[in-house]
Amino acid sequence: MDWLYQPWPWYVAGPLIGMMVPMMLFIGNRSFGISNNLRHLCAITQPPNVDVDFFRYNWKEHIWSLVFVIGTALGGYLAGVVFANPEPVAISQAAQDMLLAWGFTQPGEFLVPDELFHTSVRNFTFLFASGVLVGFGTRYAGGCTSGHAITGLSTLQLPSLFAVLGIFAGGMFSSWFLVPWMLI
Amino acid sequence: MRYFPYLLVGVLFGFVLIKSEAASWYRIQEMFHFQSFHMFGVMFSAIVTAFFTTQIIKRLNSQKALDGQVIEIPEKPAGQTSYIVGGFVFGIGWGLIGLCPGPVFALVGTGSIGAIVVLAGALHGTWLYGALKQYLPH
Repeated sequence: MDWLYQPWPWYVAGPLIGMMVPMMLFIGNRSFGISNNLRHLCAITQPPNVDVDFFRYNWKEHIWSLVFVIGTALGGYLAGVVFANPEPVAISQAAQDMLLAWGFTQPGEFLVPDELFHTSVRNFTFLFASGVLVGFGTRYAGGCTSGHAITGLSTLQLPSLFAVLGIFAGGMFSSWFLVPWMLI
Repeated sequence: MRYFPYLLVGVLFGFVLIKSEAASWYRIQEMFHFQSFHMFGVMFSAIVTAFFTTQIIKRLNSQKALDGQVIEIPEKPAGQTSYIVGGFVFGIGWGLIGLCPGPVFALVGTGSIGAIVVLAGALHGTWLYGALKQYLPH
């Protein structure tokens, strides 16, 4: 049962992620994608006196999608807590050296760095603001990594290629020019 | 009950996101600096798998889903600006916190308070887009 605790190699994990696309089609003719749920959650919570058109639709038709992400959280709990990997994330030596140079003291420890995720006003401001970029950007682009990079590219959709190029450029920008200075 | 299959597949997805370490900030930094093949392998093999399986579905005689609907793969609306600019903004956020929306939900499941803060931010960002949509180029 060791495999339940250990991280999975890319050639096991990747195909399983790819299988999400046919499985969602097969279960109920659904297009695999995660970030639409952010919209549904906004639609559910929009107060009656605030009236943004974009969130005025029958979200009840999308309960299946919300059930899916509840499952995702549950899967996260199982894999990250119940069957947690006791070892640090096995990133390459080059990545470890780079992160040490940026001031991250334990590269690989606990999936996300404590320096950015522990409870503090500074961290929560940073996490919230970055979350705003993720939420705004994914909706503007009409999808995220799952909807565009996986569903979109695998079904040969040109708009998804534009989105993926934008996403990768944005990620490289922050990873090369912003993250190195965050702890300094 | 009719939602149960979605719950099961969602659990599998969340489990794989953690086990593949796609939900790890470290893996994302490593990917954007091309220091390991791991994340590229995950993405490429996912896309190739989804490509072949959807091609098979297209060629089946009966293209019915479990609930009787005929399977159709929806086309994304044509466009350029919104995909590139929106993608870029999302990418900046992804590079900073190392979490895209799927992994955010998976990490919330592990009890990470930080991930809950990210989710709260993402909801506000989504709302902001909804409010500004008519003023943005698409």
